[in-house]
Amino acid sequence: MKKRPTLFQMPFYVFTGACAILFLYPLIWTGVASVSPRSGTAQATGYGFANYVTLAHYQDGIWRYLGNSAYVSLLAVALTLVISTLGGYAFARFAFPGKNILFMTTLAILMVPYTTLLIPLYVILNAVHLQNSLTGVALVLSMFQLPFATFMMRISFEALPRELDEAALIDGASTFGALWRVLLPGVKPGLITVGLFAFLAAWNDFMAPLILINDTPKLTMPLAIANLRVQVQGVVDYGATEAGVVILALPCCLLFLLLQRHYVRGFMSGALKG
Amino acid sequence: MSTTTARPPGPRRHATRWRGAVYAAPTLVMVLVLFVAPLVLVLTMSASKWPLLAGNQGFNLPANYAKAIDHRLFMNSIVFTLKYTVLATVLLLAIGLALGLLVQESGRWRGFLRTSFLLPSALGLASASLLFYVLYSPIAGPFASLMQKFGWSFLGTPNSALFSTTFLIVWRYAGFYMLLMLVGLQGIPVDVYEAAAIDGADKRKTFFHVTLPLLRPTLALTTVMCVTGSLLAFEQFYILTKGGPDNSTITIVQLIYSVAFQGQNDLGVAGALSVIVLVALVAINVVQLRAFNVNEQS
Repeated sequence: MKKRPTLFQMPFYVFTGACAILFLYPLIWTGVASVSPRSGTAQATGYGFANYVTLAHYQDGIWRYLGNSAYVSLLAVALTLVISTLGGYAFARFAFPGKNILFMTTLAILMVPYTTLLIPLYVILNAVHLQNSLTGVALVLSMFQLPFATFMMRISFEALPRELDEAALIDGASTFGALWRVLLPGVKPGLITVGLFAFLAAWNDFMAPLILINDTPKLTMPLAIANLRVQVQGVVDYGATEAGVVILALPCCLLFLLLQRHYVRGFMSGALKG
Repeated sequence: MSTTTARPPGPRRHATRWRGAVYAAPTLVMVLVLFVAPLVLVLTMSASKWPLLAGNQGFNLPANYAKAIDHRLFMNSIVFTLKYTVLATVLLLAIGLALGLLVQESGRWRGFLRTSFLLPSALGLASASLLFYVLYSPIAGPFASLMQKFGWSFLGTPNSALFSTTFLIVWRYAGFYMLLMLVGLQGIPVDVYEAAAIDGADKRKTFFHVTLPLLRPTLALTTVMCVTGSLLAFEQFYILTKGGPDNSTITIVQLIYSVAFQGQNDLGVAGALSVIVLVALVAINVVQLRAFNVNEQS
């Protein structure tokens, strides 16, 4: 492929360009269609944001569902970051009884089907009065993030030289001081990857809130948009659904484009060792 | 790996030993309460009469397992899930590898291609399914007039529903598998290719006799991931086809969900089905890893 005349490369560009269009087309089409005129939707004539206005006033209002989703996602990200940072530090730097069993059990979460856990979790959360609770959903979603997050933070800490924290300990810092002031800046790329993955997973999750949440005002965005389709006497409001998909997808696409390098690196470090 | 560095002797050592356990405590609590306890509970459930609202009514082993296997959709959902799994896995791995080879080299155009292929994987599966629900719609989709002209629809027959859903999955996940393949491809040393070129191997021969064999660990990982994910398929069918037409696209996880929460409300039978799926999944993964000889590799 190196120094051939450009004429021979034309088919390559046409073919790969077509592939790229195939992948981008559904995204672009939805964005355009959500502001385009269509009879039977709020945006009957001309271009505009009427579908988004309909969506904004849907049931308890879009802000409520966006708020629910934001609460679940941010709590899940915070929990995942804190637990996996402490856990990763423990697994990378300390020897303690049961260390290997705990690490293997954490990874084993990946082996167990989602539903196999969600049905008993429904019963357990009921028992501790976290039924129908967004906090309960965030806790469950953080647990599902733990295998990847713990693994990622462990290898991030292991990649830092031991002399770094040992010097801090000799200088009189506590183990927590060494973690907070010396090691944490070094594992920032790992934290970004873990946080990004936890956010995307929590923001998009459908099944955990589907099983764990019963009340309409407590739904998260994906569920609210999915329910929207079957609201009005079986007639689907395609315009509002498109607007909903855009609102669901836009933050994910922007975050992805912004942090693409971390996203890619996260997969790579996970995959290399897997 | 834990006993290599010399630690200060005496009380300090003891303290450090438990300090680690303190840092791991949140992980321990999460894993115990939200993973180990549910696992134990699902086993108990599968062996108990357990209606959704009334709760545990005592042991009834093996009634739930018998009911689960006798469910009228049990065999159908297994056959359909396996069919979908084979289709999705073959397509995703082949397309993932093809895209990986396509964008392997660096450069601006290939960077753009990589981003385009990867962008759909930032979407949630539920969002992607909703997107294609509108895209496939015979009323609002871009192909609506074509569909009306030919009297055909994306989700109308069992086969078209299966293929249309598989297309959505390929669109959503191809970039992800491309990324995993890229990691594997980059792990193949350049001098192996140079040696093949010196020996006079053409592109086709190089691919089949050099690239593919050296990619085996990556192929093992991606196959296990793809098979596991496809066997547990739920959202795409729940949103796109709702199991239809005529219950032809009900997956095993959809069956579990409907037994537990839609009508039958029987957590005991749902628990039994979940345990069956868990055991089958572990067995299938062990067989796959054996087939790929992963132990011999590492």
